[in-house]
Amino acid sequence: MPKDHGIGASPKRREDVRFLTGAGNYTDDINIHGQAYVHFLRSDVAHGTIKSIDTSEAEKMPGVVKIFTGADFEGVGGIPCGWQVTDKDGAPMKEPAHPVLAQGKVRHVGDPYAAVVADSLEQARTAAEAIVADIEELPAVVDMGKALEPGATKVHDDLDDNLCYDWLFGTDTETTQAAFESAAHVTTLELVNNRLVANPMEPRVAVGEFSRANGEHTLHTTSQNPHVIRLLMGAFVLGIPEHKLRVVAPDVGGGFGTKIFHYAEEAFCTFAAKACNRPVKWTSTRSEAFMSDAHGRDHVTKIELALDKDNNFIGVRTDTKANMGAYLSTFASSVPTWLHGTLMAGNYKTPAVQVNVKAVFTNTVPVDAYRGAGRPEATFQLERVIDKAARELNVDPIRLRRQNFVTEFPYETPVAVAYDTGDYHATMDKMEELIDIPGFAARRAASEKNGKLRGLGINCFIEACGIAPSNLVGQLGARAGLYDAATVRVNATGSISVMVGAHSHGQGHETVFPQVVAEMLGIDESMIDIVHGDTSKIPFGMGTYGSRSLAVCGSAMVRATEKIINKAKKIAGHMLEASDSDIELKDGQFSVAGTDKSVAWGDVTLAAYVPHNYPLEDIEPGLEETAFYDPANFTYPAGAYACEVEVDPDTGKVTIEKFVSADDFGNVVNPMIVEGQVHGGIAQGIGQALLENCAYDENGQLLSASYMDYAMPRADDIPHMESYVVDHSCQTPCTHNPLGVKGCGEAGAIGSPPTVVNAVIDALHSGGHAHVSHIDMPVTPSRVWAAINDQ
Amino acid sequence: MYSFDMERPTSVADAVKALARDEAQPLGGGQTLIPTLKQRLAAPSVLVSLSGIAEMKGVCKTDDGRLSIGGGTTHAMVARNAGDIPGLASLAANIGDPAVRNRGTIGGSLANNDPSACYPAAALATGATVITNSREIAADDYFEGMFATALEEGEIITEIRIPVPEKSAYMKFEQPASRFALVGVFVAKFSDGVRVAVTGASEEGVFRWTEAEEALSANFAPEAVDGLSVSGDGMISDLHGSGAYRAHLVGVMTKRAVAAAS
Ligand SMILES: Cc1cc2nc3c(=O)[nH]c(=O)nc-3n(C[C@H](O)[C@H](O)[C@H](O)COP(=O)(O)OP(=O)(O)OC[C@H]3O[C@@H](n4cnc5c(N)ncnc54)[C@H](O)[C@@H]3O)c2cc1C
Repeated sequence: MPKDHGIGASPKRREDVRFLTGAGNYTDDINIHGQAYVHFLRSDVAHGTIKSIDTSEAEKMPGVVKIFTGADFEGVGGIPCGWQVTDKDGAPMKEPAHPVLAQGKVRHVGDPYAAVVADSLEQARTAAEAIVADIEELPAVVDMGKALEPGATKVHDDLDDNLCYDWLFGTDTETTQAAFESAAHVTTLELVNNRLVANPMEPRVAVGEFSRANGEHTLHTTSQNPHVIRLLMGAFVLGIPEHKLRVVAPDVGGGFGTKIFHYAEEAFCTFAAKACNRPVKWTSTRSEAFMSDAHGRDHVTKIELALDKDNNFIGVRTDTKANMGAYLSTFASSVPTWLHGTLMAGNYKTPAVQVNVKAVFTNTVPVDAYRGAGRPEATFQLERVIDKAARELNVDPIRLRRQNFVTEFPYETPVAVAYDTGDYHATMDKMEELIDIPGFAARRAASEKNGKLRGLGINCFIEACGIAPSNLVGQLGARAGLYDAATVRVNATGSISVMVGAHSHGQGHETVFPQVVAEMLGIDESMIDIVHGDTSKIPFGMGTYGSRSLAVCGSAMVRATEKIINKAKKIAGHMLEASDSDIELKDGQFSVAGTDKSVAWGDVTLAAYVPHNYPLEDIEPGLEETAFYDPANFTYPAGAYACEVEVDPDTGKVTIEKFVSADDFGNVVNPMIVEGQVHGGIAQGIGQALLENCAYDENGQLLSASYMDYAMPRADDIPHMESYVVDHSCQTPCTHNPLGVKGCGEAGAIGSPPTVVNAVIDALHSGGHAHVSHIDMPVTPSRVWAAINDQ
Repeated sequence: MYSFDMERPTSVADAVKALARDEAQPLGGGQTLIPTLKQRLAAPSVLVSLSGIAEMKGVCKTDDGRLSIGGGTTHAMVARNAGDIPGLASLAANIGDPAVRNRGTIGGSLANNDPSACYPAAALATGATVITNSREIAADDYFEGMFATALEEGEIITEIRIPVPEKSAYMKFEQPASRFALVGVFVAKFSDGVRVAVTGASEEGVFRWTEAEEALSANFAPEAVDGLSVSGDGMISDLHGSGAYRAHLVGVMTKRAVAAAS
């Protein structure tokens, strides 16, 4: 019988009631009396010199409150980067200035260079049309290869070139070289990890407020991590101390990473609210989102895999160019390095792994973490090159992988991380069972009868979640700690508010977190609510990304709840005239071991707040505890995925007929939510594999600037539910957090893209198109057709 | 959006009068025009809504056996009521999503003449007549290239009159993002011959593939198209496919339309 409450049960998501009935409170629902609206003027050229901006006519237009340009932000800090990466020569990465509004130059289409604040949005837009900006267009650099050529146009004039850093990591060059020299076979693959636009359903919004009464600033914003925004914006941009700055991120309609970062618009609204002495609101249009939300991925890689004569992997070497865009976004520098290079060992015991990443500035929108962040890029290269090797060596791709699996844990990789636990054969077994390998031949024959080519693709992945041990990331260049915090506030009547640093923007924390506390206390989940997304209400928190919420913040919550239990036992012991070490808590009752004496949860909590009969000499009244939790290691979810595609050889169109995943997330608190996360993640990965393509032309114009050209996955792009099976029954609990959980938010998006591409290549080979060894994502009909026909 | 006046006439005559105002523009279902206004890419001073004009809505048979569709008829209504021409009904049923189909109109689509829109292929392949408040225009004379038509300023499409083919089908290969036609082919078989119209592909907008028409008039079977091809020159080449790819798809979609025709 599945459990019906507590850990392991699947209660429906309580937050969905308000989301689905229109009762949510999103940032755009926040309207403050007297608020003004801002419209940003954004560059329509990729690169240009700002000669002059004449605002004089616009200032006289109806409703205009104030017009800002870069000059208004002189003396104000720039948008900071939160992670310092060190070059292979020991030099720090290049960190060009990133002003709130462009100063001197615009550097990408969408770069804001002026802002009009007016009584209404339409007035602001109309006035913006009266601003005369003389921006002299300069040649743009878009292609990373060209950007690195000597003499290339520079995105930042004060830098020597467009190289942000050249990072070399893992096994030393000599050992790696020796591995390749001794190899019986080397497989090489060059590939692109396509640039993506995150496209959360809710575009970004910011509302700034300033109180003249107490000098306090408030920013309401669509953020995954309000405390991080408070830290970055307060300390680095505007110079506002924490106690005078409140950041609120209420209901947030999806983030996928792109709402982690501190954006210029947030700093602008906070700054302008004081300058105009009025609340200032900005709501991104979808068009603005395409050219101002940080993009994802955009790597170009050459990967080499060395195998010995028995097909053991003996070396992996990668050479990657990672696009940073025009400025360094908050975590941009860490994505291609510490979130990517550290995963290049994959599930395999390859002894030599060397990763080289050149981060490059171009005249494009900044690129930063997007669901999976670095790990999908790592998995894609490795699993594509392994598939290619299997084909070249004519060995079964499943066997080749199995033969090279890490099987003993803990396992120290050559790329700095240590896997605590896992069982890659178990997930592979499960995947083989779910996809029904023996039945594939018949399914392929049936497809061929209909004129279609059927392919089977498989893939393994490992990721590092539960970000992150602060001491480790500190050594790696992080400018913040990555612990989390929770306060458990038990009220007099026994109801509980848990203030958590994690932020829920679709994940379902409001449902899952109470399941854990309810299990620990033996009380009903309905007595427990989660409070998140407001720096004035929660103790502290680093927010939600990197599949860290339950593993890190959930662990803090467990620790705080343990403190609550300890204190409550003392109170109960006093009430029951017994030693607190004899008190047991079960099903919400405190009892003295071996007796029938007990008091209920509510009696104890009431005593804590009405301490008439209370051990005041030993403990304080009240029942509220806070814990900070810093993880000892990353967590390492892993899995094996498989998919079957049909390719229409006449049109090149790929359809996904079947997709199965076998994940190891350690312990699972709410299976329904985990399955939803994986279904969504895989759909997103299918989007990257088949549909999504953020493309620029050579002048830096964004070609896919709306849904007319940027293809998002839709319901009919994924298989029917009966052919879309996600399994999480293989569970090796994390060894170092109290819940034994690993995180499930990104797995689907990490594991699925190579699965799909492997399947497409398999289909083409079955159709006699053996010359096609790779097709870059998105594997669109036109690309498949071109590959088949050598176009 | 810039501000504008709004008129809601209930007759074609009143609409024509309203459209005589300076900078006036008709509003059909708004599925193309409203997004354009929101982006401030158009600035009409008056919008004349056609959706209150009952005489411009509905589908019926004329005395001479043609299908008459009011210019203000929504895609959803065409999908439901144009069963006499199965290719047309299924074309309408596959435009956009339900919200688009319940607002967008056949008149609006033909007036807009997006090079990737579906209806132009149906109108041209069936040899339809576009009827306006002032005249009748044969489909062969109506389409004048991307977003260009024979319509005069202020002229309203009140009706489309369509000869009913013996067999018809529309095959759309969807552009992955917009799901408009990357290439769409409408095939209409009449007793006196076959007409084939292609949308989505050419830089000149919808066109007739006369070579295929001849072959199919002699033998209405998919194989008849084998060996025929259109040139990739002058075909749209973009993020979603080269001219050569589109030219290839014209052949594939034509064969599939012939196979599906009913
Ligand atoms: C999400 C989405 C998906 C779509 N997918 C498709 C698709 O797959 N295939 C496809 O073909 N189309 C598609 N469309 C376009 C849709 O069919 C539009 O409805 C159509 O192109 C315009 O019709 P409308 O009635 O909405 O016209 P409007 O937007 O109101 O007007 C369009 C233009 O026509 C003029 N106009 C409108 N009615 C008349 C009239 N009766 N006489 C003269 N001029 C008139 C207007 O002044 C304006 O210039 C899609 C649209 C959307 C939003």
